[in-house]
Amino acid sequence: MSDKVKVTIDGISIEVEPGTSILNAARQIGGDIVPPAMCYYSKLQGSGGKCRTCLVKVSKGSEKDPRPMPKLVASCRTTVMEGMEVQNITSSEVLEARKGVVEMLLINHPLDCPICDQAGECHLQDLSYEHGTESTRYEFERRTFDRIDIGDKIQLHMTRCILCYRCVYVADQITDNRVHGILGRGDAAEISTYIEKAIENDFSGNVIDVCPVGALTDKTFRFKNRVWFTKPVDAHRDCPKCSGKVTLWYKGEDVIRVTARKDEYGEAEEFICNDCRFETKKTSDWVIEGPRRISPHSVISANHYEQLNPPSVIRTNPALLESNKEEFERITRL
Amino acid sequence: MLKISNTEEVIFSPELVTKFNEIVSRYPEDKQKSALLPILHLVQAEYGWISTPAMDKVAEYLDLKPIEVYEVATFYTMFFLKPQGKYVLEVCRTGPCCLVGAEKIMKYIEQKLNVKEGEVTPDGLFSWRGVECLAACGTGPVLQIGPEYTYYENLTEAKVDELIDGLRLKTAENAQMI
Amino acid sequence: MGRKLLLENINVPGINTFEVYRQKGGYRAVEKALKSMSPEDVVEEVKKSGLRGRGGAGFPTGMKWSFLAKPEGKPRYLVCNGDESEPGTFKDRYLMTYIPHLLIEGMIVSSYALGANTSYIYVRGEMMPQIRILEKAIAEAKNAGLLGKNILGSGYDLELYVQPGGGAYICGEETALIESLEGKRGNPRIKPPFPAISGLYNCPTVVNNVESIAATVPIINDGADEYAKMGIGRSTGTKLISASGNLNKPGVYEIELGVSVEEFIYSDEYCGGIANGKRMKAVVAGGSSVPILPANLILKTANGENRLITYESLADGGFATGTMLGSGGFVVFDEDQCIVRNTWNYSRFYHHESCGQCSPCREGTGWMEKVLHRLEYGHGKLSDIDLLVDVSKKIEGNTICPLGDAAAWPVASAIRHFRDEFEWHVTHPDEAMQRNYGLAHYADPLPKPEGVTAN
Repeated sequence: MSDKVKVTIDGISIEVEPGTSILNAARQIGGDIVPPAMCYYSKLQGSGGKCRTCLVKVSKGSEKDPRPMPKLVASCRTTVMEGMEVQNITSSEVLEARKGVVEMLLINHPLDCPICDQAGECHLQDLSYEHGTESTRYEFERRTFDRIDIGDKIQLHMTRCILCYRCVYVADQITDNRVHGILGRGDAAEISTYIEKAIENDFSGNVIDVCPVGALTDKTFRFKNRVWFTKPVDAHRDCPKCSGKVTLWYKGEDVIRVTARKDEYGEAEEFICNDCRFETKKTSDWVIEGPRRISPHSVISANHYEQLNPPSVIRTNPALLESNKEEFERITRL
Repeated sequence: MLKISNTEEVIFSPELVTKFNEIVSRYPEDKQKSALLPILHLVQAEYGWISTPAMDKVAEYLDLKPIEVYEVATFYTMFFLKPQGKYVLEVCRTGPCCLVGAEKIMKYIEQKLNVKEGEVTPDGLFSWRGVECLAACGTGPVLQIGPEYTYYENLTEAKVDELIDGLRLKTAENAQMI
Repeated sequence: MGRKLLLENINVPGINTFEVYRQKGGYRAVEKALKSMSPEDVVEEVKKSGLRGRGGAGFPTGMKWSFLAKPEGKPRYLVCNGDESEPGTFKDRYLMTYIPHLLIEGMIVSSYALGANTSYIYVRGEMMPQIRILEKAIAEAKNAGLLGKNILGSGYDLELYVQPGGGAYICGEETALIESLEGKRGNPRIKPPFPAISGLYNCPTVVNNVESIAATVPIINDGADEYAKMGIGRSTGTKLISASGNLNKPGVYEIELGVSVEEFIYSDEYCGGIANGKRMKAVVAGGSSVPILPANLILKTANGENRLITYESLADGGFATGTMLGSGGFVVFDEDQCIVRNTWNYSRFYHHESCGQCSPCREGTGWMEKVLHRLEYGHGKLSDIDLLVDVSKKIEGNTICPLGDAAAWPVASAIRHFRDEFEWHVTHPDEAMQRNYGLAHYADPLPKPEGVTAN
């Protein structure tokens, strides 16, 4: 196919459809070179560009215009060009910037993972483990908000929110009436309904699945169990509203939570309706397909974090060794 | 979450709606959302602030979801989402004005009105706050008073006295006339 | 006296009215463009003039115009950026207040060049008086047949509207301005696509600063060559400079690009020197976001040459020893000013104005403000100074829009040039609360450069 576009990421070349973003090209290659993404969500139009964790360096713009791009770019919102060359984990500049972004995301985020319901499946937790620094340099009081119930099934805890806007896109694109949004400005911005309103819609529960952190959680599951003690099982049922394809999370014999099935990037494969999510929690409601395959790297299957295993490209490059010094020291201590 | 207790229904006067209609006519068809900022300014000029029911009414008028109006109204700092004094003294507090004494003027206003930033005087006449650069750096210190946003420049303590006393007098005279 | 192009008639009584403006030769450019030039001719003329965007970035206006996509059946828009919110900049307010028809005339000429039939002037909401002035001027021009249908019988139609902002510095960024004009939060868009391809209502759009639009009038009247004769090198024409701070005569001055900084600050034709007989400590030359320079470096480049008010000369030395012309907001500090306090003030501004969309700016601006507040109020640590530099680097270049850079530069440059003063705030906290660090060595003559030849 000649109309495909060739792009090289960290030395690995791939041909992709024109219009593909750098991030999605990297996902097609897979593995360690895939930039992390906290706000981008492939199923939500217009998402991405905000969190800046997926920044990469474009060292060659294209075959036609080989100049490098002057700034790091958000790989989720930058389209590949023929002959483009991208550096992600092979650029110390990128790693340094990413470390900075992680630090920024964490300065106002509570570091109380032990009591957070999202722990174990929190993207920010993974991100800070893989790309962050060990300690914080932030010495001021963190931003806090009260918990709010948005209806009887969803709880919003703004204190944990990183303003990725994903839940807003869900409401805009998956449901037919958005009642919540981003209010205020700057670091005083918050997700809110302004006047207390329940989000009532057949698909509103998906805001829980797209939330990368513990800001939007399933009230019917809160504090029932840590995710790594539950057993995920794929199941389906005949649902008039959605595909009915879900993951059931078991504790012993009981289904204690229902979620959409998530792919290796934590994205829902298909959005599910609230009936499936909240109302059908008996095994007899479902046709069981078998255990959900969870990446061995996930805390859900491993019950503890894998040690960081840096790709060999870092081990052999002195500049990269230097910029990853802290991570290497951490490995030796572990 | 912000909670607004005011639940009084708002009804826009026909004159106001006429103005709304004129504003909407400035934009292409289906782009009436563009009228949101100008309309919010008109609502604030009419009522002194923008209540939740007023925002809901604006949403209804422009065929928007209420949240779209809340999102915008809370983003821009000129919109008051709670009641203010009749006159809101907005003093520029940014760098260039501070070089020529804006901080002293703010302190003086605080003393004179005897209310803290953002609070309303007991008679309901005044509130004050620091705002960011008003683009009048050459004639600082400067303050503005809405809804027409008249600028008062090269402020001194004497000028602040004159301004505040003048507004008090004007209000008293108006009250007598009624 | 230097030649003036925009403010030539500013002292003529009644120049804000249509009659007087017209008597003084106003709207000649509209007649000339619409009657004797094609839109392409106008674009070419502006390109040839070398006019660079006067809003801050300095991008060539004619080139920006030539990028505008022209798909069939889609309207194109010209939006004038009158959101002027950069601390230290107040030239657009001045221009709109005293000579509004110059902007209207420029809008007609520019809209014609771009093929726009509806154009908007987005003015910050705080400038309600200026909005009224422009609306009146538009009505007058329309009455005279210079706006509306079939302008001057040329077959060209143009409607012009004024749009108020709502109080947000970020709306000076062109894509945030477009969002705001669409009635949304002023969140900058992720580029590409650039407005020239997909801007207002997803149509091709050009956003230009008030002064850039106004400058098209003399360019069309006198020709690009005449305009380009003024100025030096790639800094052609004249520039409005907003002068504020501790000056004898602060105000808006139109200068021919190339006037020396020294002449501008000290001569009686311009600012008349530092107020109250004090000495100059520092200058922010292009609005609050450009790097601050100490007195010695703003008057001379590191090479020992006179610093001129041009895009190139102010940038000479890069960020190590230079700055930028930016929007032309000259903020002058006398010896009694505290750089730490001012830096904190600016960082509060950027924190307050961050839209909150992307994480480095949302979180980093607040962090910098808190650390600077601590330094200013006497409980900072020496390590705070390097922390600030590092945080500013983590923001710079990593955000969706240039507000991140604008927030980072003042902090980084203040520490670069005034590190002693920051350290003194830490080592002498009590004293720093009582008195000021003063002029120190910031106005001392620069050491003679060694082995450097002037180029």
